[in-house]
Amino acid sequence: MVTKGRQIVVPGEVIATGNEFLPGDGAYRDGQEVVAGRYGIVDNYEKHVRVVPISGAYYPRRGNTIIGTIVDITFNGWLIDFGGAQNAFLPVAEVPRYINRNELRDFLDFGETVIIKVWDVKPRGIDVSMKMRGFGKIEGGMIIPVNSNKVPRIIGKEGSMVKLIQGAAGCEITVGQNGKVWISGKNADSEIATKKIIEFITDNSTVNGLTEKVEKFIKKMGLKINKEDSVEIIAENTDGEEQ
Amino acid sequence: MAEKGIYTKRNDGRKMDEVRPMSAKVGIVPSADGSASFQTGKTKAIAVVRGPRTLHPQHMQDAKTGILRVNYGMMPFSVEDRIRPGPNRRSEEISKVTEWALSSVIDLSGFPNTVVDVFIQIPQADAGTRVAGINAAAMALAHAGIPMREMVSAIGVGKIDKTLVIDLDKYEDSEFHDGEGSTDIPLVMTSRSKEIALLQLDGKISIPEFKAVIEMGKKACDNILKIQMDALKNITGEGNE
Amino acid sequence: MSNYIMPNLQKEKIKDYLKKEGKRLDGRAPEDYREIVVEDGVSKNSASAVRVKIGKTEVIAGVHLALAAPYPDSPAEGTFMTNTELHPMASQQFDIGRPGINAIEMSRVIDRGIRESGFIDFKGLCIKEGEKIWQVFVDIMAINDDGNLFDAAGFAAIIALGKARMPIYNEKEDKVEGYSDEGIPLNKEVLSLSMTFHKISDKIVADVSKEEEAISDFRLTIAVGDNNGEPRITAMQKGKAGTISEKDMQNILKLVEDKWSELFPKIKKYVFK
Repeated sequence: MVTKGRQIVVPGEVIATGNEFLPGDGAYRDGQEVVAGRYGIVDNYEKHVRVVPISGAYYPRRGNTIIGTIVDITFNGWLIDFGGAQNAFLPVAEVPRYINRNELRDFLDFGETVIIKVWDVKPRGIDVSMKMRGFGKIEGGMIIPVNSNKVPRIIGKEGSMVKLIQGAAGCEITVGQNGKVWISGKNADSEIATKKIIEFITDNSTVNGLTEKVEKFIKKMGLKINKEDSVEIIAENTDGEEQ
Repeated sequence: MAEKGIYTKRNDGRKMDEVRPMSAKVGIVPSADGSASFQTGKTKAIAVVRGPRTLHPQHMQDAKTGILRVNYGMMPFSVEDRIRPGPNRRSEEISKVTEWALSSVIDLSGFPNTVVDVFIQIPQADAGTRVAGINAAAMALAHAGIPMREMVSAIGVGKIDKTLVIDLDKYEDSEFHDGEGSTDIPLVMTSRSKEIALLQLDGKISIPEFKAVIEMGKKACDNILKIQMDALKNITGEGNE
Repeated sequence: MSNYIMPNLQKEKIKDYLKKEGKRLDGRAPEDYREIVVEDGVSKNSASAVRVKIGKTEVIAGVHLALAAPYPDSPAEGTFMTNTELHPMASQQFDIGRPGINAIEMSRVIDRGIRESGFIDFKGLCIKEGEKIWQVFVDIMAINDDGNLFDAAGFAAIIALGKARMPIYNEKEDKVEGYSDEGIPLNKEVLSLSMTFHKISDKIVADVSKEEEAISDFRLTIAVGDNNGEPRITAMQKGKAGTISEKDMQNILKLVEDKWSELFPKIKKYVFK
């Protein structure tokens, strides 16, 4: 026996019965039973059962793409707030070019926004890097804070939802897995429309048939559905991959 | 135990083993990491979870695990005599026993050096506020995505004169003094292992009566768990930023 | 109190929108309030308790009346106290413990707005001159902070006072025995409404979001009462380090009149329903 569909489970609830099932993230075995170890949606892949959170704070994982703000500058790097339990540390060696230690502030200053990759998660801190392509400082645009657990819904399958929003509102969108969505449009109307669509998605993230509902919402706003494939998505949807 | 006492009819017409009308809601405070409300009769509780977040001052941090911190309080207008804002001896004790009850099912080992704050507030009180608060807090912790082996559900059970009752209201809890008086037993049960996570007692009760009333409480907790689970499963568009 | 962290680009965007578009990040015009929702009967154990939401900002305010001896300098008058708790459940930025300066300032500004308007009939709160009076407490709890707690708290305070029931005093036994159906003594015609405006870039902004609140130059709270249909100022408080130019002041006063005629009838309905 295993539960079906987008089913929400509560801690202590039995998800599957039988020795053949393997408890994944957010689940544990108790005798014959695989039990939910947190609140969320059941995700089973063959005999592998896990519970994906749908709410709560963001916990960084190695490889996550996140968006943050410089809050402090030390002698050898930058401290970055990304809405987690602690700040991330970006060492001077993890930026794409050589920076003289006396010139850290010229490269990244207080309050500036960066797209970075989580390199290591340790009890005492989170190390990040921006050495790869697509990472670095962002300027202009605005940040829309969302719950990080809703990021997979904003991105959609292979970026389909982001494409839908971009096509309708004509806005550039970068989704950080920490729940910071950066958008930049050609004008205020385009940005406000994008913000409203994203908020609609987060408010309806647990409903079935979300794409059609979003399309309806877009049409109701007087915008056209215009699917473009030319967009680059930096934050990949890791739903179904992380273990 | 079969001896009939003077409390033969409940003040509000309920059966002896009947709880008051109960309801629960999840996601009531958009800026929090987790939040929920629980109501039984006129007793209302809200619980808000913030964290895991870095614990300050640093010397209080634990490098092996995150720490749970519970703060229970009654709003000034929750009872007939205004409650002065801020902690008092009663609220400090309730915070601590609540903290122990909730700690028994959560696992913060994945979040070293952090704290998870649970704030419980009572907007309107009619006895049983600590158990209502715990029911709300368990939902709020689940909603915050905190790793939990199981849920906890809580109920006040007791004895009015010689009669065993559950979910005592204010009259039964503090205004009934006849016969053998009132005995009040807050009880918290874990949802899967069915063990006791909080137990306090205030009054006089025989061992057979105590055994019987705990059984009544366990049954009530099973029903409360259903209410908690329904609220968590039927969550709609909560904020949380 | 930890700081509210905001990226520079967000600050610039907010200012840019206001300056160039006359708009805010959620599409509102600078003078627009979010939807105001009021719910009565949060606690039936006190004289009143109401919930007020402005958008996602939420507070609960409750009124209690207690027996006390009058102050020697006003032997025939009741007393009034406002207390605000910026509880950590409402915001990541609030701490547990004694009220900080923000909570104290908020309490005092709301208190003055109500007290100076003459809304509470202090003489009507006297039971026996020189011996016994009613003490009126307004307690405000912040539940969720999404900006402009100041106005949510101020609205909730006057609505809670308007809805408060008078306790029944048993003189023989010198104690309170439940509540009557009557309200507490108020001078309804002088009800005062407190509204808060912030200066951001070159605009005066009403009902600020949490982000806007964090970056404004100054805030000005103005309590405005009804003087035969005309607005009359009963209390003011400038907050934060920025200064008010003559043009700012003109703009604010114009806005006060507009917002007062729009909001006052709405809030008044809640107070006296």
